[in-house]
Amino acid sequence: MLKLKLNKITVKKLLKGINNESHIRIMEVCGTHTMAIAKAGIKQLLPANIELISGPGCPVCVTAQEDIERILILAKKREVIITTFGDMLRVPGSTGSLQEMQAQGADVRIVYSPLDAVNLARNNPEKEIVFLAVGFETTTPTVAFALEDAHKTGVDNFSIVCMHKLVIPALKALLSDQETEIHGFLLPGHVSTIIGTIPYEFIPREYQRACVVSGFEPGDILESILFISRQLENADYKVENQYKRGVKTEGNKIALEIMDKYFTPFNSLWRGMGEIKDSGLRLRPEYVQYDAIFKFGLQDTLVQLAPSGCICGNILKGILKPEECALFSKMCTPAFPVGPCMVSSEGACAASYYYAGGEVIGR
Amino acid sequence: MQPVIIMRGVKLLADERILLSHGAGGLKTQRLIREVFQKNLGNAYLQQELDSALIKFSSHKIAFTTDSYVVSPIFFPGGDIGKLSVCGTVNDLAVMGAKPLYLTLGLIIEEGLPVEELDKLMFSLGNTAREAGVQIVAGDTKVVEHGACDKIFINTSGIGIVPPNLDLRPQKMVPGDKIIVSGPVGNHGIAILAARESLDFSPPLASDCTYLNYLIDGVLNTGASIKCMRDPTRGGLATTLNELAQQANLGIKLHEEALPVQPQVKGACSMLGLDPLYLANEGKVIIVVANKDARQVLEEIRKYDIGKNASIIGEVTDAHCSKVVMETELGTLRVLRMLEGDPLPRIC
Ligand code: SF4
Repeated sequence: MLKLKLNKITVKKLLKGINNESHIRIMEVCGTHTMAIAKAGIKQLLPANIELISGPGCPVCVTAQEDIERILILAKKREVIITTFGDMLRVPGSTGSLQEMQAQGADVRIVYSPLDAVNLARNNPEKEIVFLAVGFETTTPTVAFALEDAHKTGVDNFSIVCMHKLVIPALKALLSDQETEIHGFLLPGHVSTIIGTIPYEFIPREYQRACVVSGFEPGDILESILFISRQLENADYKVENQYKRGVKTEGNKIALEIMDKYFTPFNSLWRGMGEIKDSGLRLRPEYVQYDAIFKFGLQDTLVQLAPSGCICGNILKGILKPEECALFSKMCTPAFPVGPCMVSSEGACAASYYYAGGEVIGR
Repeated sequence: MQPVIIMRGVKLLADERILLSHGAGGLKTQRLIREVFQKNLGNAYLQQELDSALIKFSSHKIAFTTDSYVVSPIFFPGGDIGKLSVCGTVNDLAVMGAKPLYLTLGLIIEEGLPVEELDKLMFSLGNTAREAGVQIVAGDTKVVEHGACDKIFINTSGIGIVPPNLDLRPQKMVPGDKIIVSGPVGNHGIAILAARESLDFSPPLASDCTYLNYLIDGVLNTGASIKCMRDPTRGGLATTLNELAQQANLGIKLHEEALPVQPQVKGACSMLGLDPLYLANEGKVIIVVANKDARQVLEEIRKYDIGKNASIIGEVTDAHCSKVVMETELGTLRVLRMLEGDPLPRIC
């Protein structure tokens, strides 16, 4: 980890370490990295041969449209209070967004922790409190803790729409997809605090790609890029941990255990990537009473999707960039989003839209 | 017998809560006016109890503005809706170079509001007005049924006198002018959010809600060549600077390392995914000043308690017209757009 605080001079020194001259494509898997990179303007600092591409690590973005439509159906029910992190509020569905439904009278509330939703359930016994559970391994344990709280204290008017995803199966799918050309991965720091670094080891071993678990400060990211460049230069592929202050090799045992207690993997649908084997989590059968979709009998609801022109799917796979979408910053802006990548604070389109410093005004 | 509550030494025959009948114009209204409004806000104009205040002006240029306040919650760390409704309007006058003098006060109260809370708000509003040197010269109260508004909405309109020959407009900006902000940004937005969502920060975060007229008066009295001023409320610093850049048809370049943001605000923002540059302020002024006078103005601002962390944050440029660009601490450039959407409704 970098000790010194980065400034213009230390950045130059750090970049001098990157000697690799071949074309390098690095995917930042995590949406928080995408935002941090855009915000700090890191692409402006990198030599032209290093290309950063966004990956499938924005939880709201990868949520399948089918799930969004089911949530909108739930929100229409009078007895339901939807609780959610703010990012889901403006994701467009066929009949509008949750925010628009709120204006029409649906009860939708932003919470900062799933435990708040359980408390809301406790205080509103006549209502059904539905929490929209999105996120990777970083957020899943907090939802498991909320379920544990509800279960132990007998709160039975709390349920979740379980849309949790797992990072490793998505990486496997990406790597076996011939279309995606990636030489190195900037691996998600937050997710890795939970799962540790061992689950990534198949990437260098089976696919010969460079891997660095990275922190989120600009200095962390630059240093991680330097590590990736060195691994590639020396053909020495491994999983390096740049984010040692947050990530232990073995991860967080308590969090993993409670996740495993409540959830089990299944073949889940990803936006643009289709169904990926064992890539999502659902509630274990013994806790199915906390599954809102099951509770309201929506599991077989067929959802018709109209094409919107949004190419989020290909952006999440690193095949296209936001600027290559015909709707980008014209039809689709954060105020009038067409796809979730423009809504989420971790979305690649929103990142490009908000922070396109170097590209808009030249270097 | 009706209960009697004692408030700051005054006996108020309280219904304890505001009723629709308090807005009906009868005896109850009169009692409310005398026992809450006159008591806290009273002055010669209000005591006349006329339909309009009569104010004499000679041939001055008058600044006249209005603003409505719907902030939720009505009490928050660092202020309340009463204080805010004075400061907001006083500041709108002050940034135009006007000396704020008179305010009107329109209240829309939800039935059921405890009289004690109303009294507290009017106490705070009256105090703030006195400190800021403005008088409440006319007022109106309406009470609406439960659910038709949220506790209390306040409108204030204000009049101030503009010194002759003072001409502050973004169109006067030229490349090279410096941009000064009078203190750290983002506090009001975060304080409201924290109060609303019961997020506890330690040390606690307070709103910067305050009146700026004395500080601005001091700045104008330096004789420096001030081009224009704005108070960056809703939409925050970034949005206000975008408006200036567009109106002047010039670019603005900021330097990230010069931007004052308190560490707790920074921390809270990164936790909540917010950007302090887009959060509301209620006691900050942006001043565009000729390069040669920038130091002098900065020193003047820093003499005031509310300005001691003022900073020169950037300059006007003729590159990238109508855009605001920030040089980050790493030396990269980031475009700061206008705020899109509404991350925090009912912030003021
Ligand atoms: S710019 Fe909008 S429509 Fe295009 S991919 Fe991004 S979110 Fe979808």
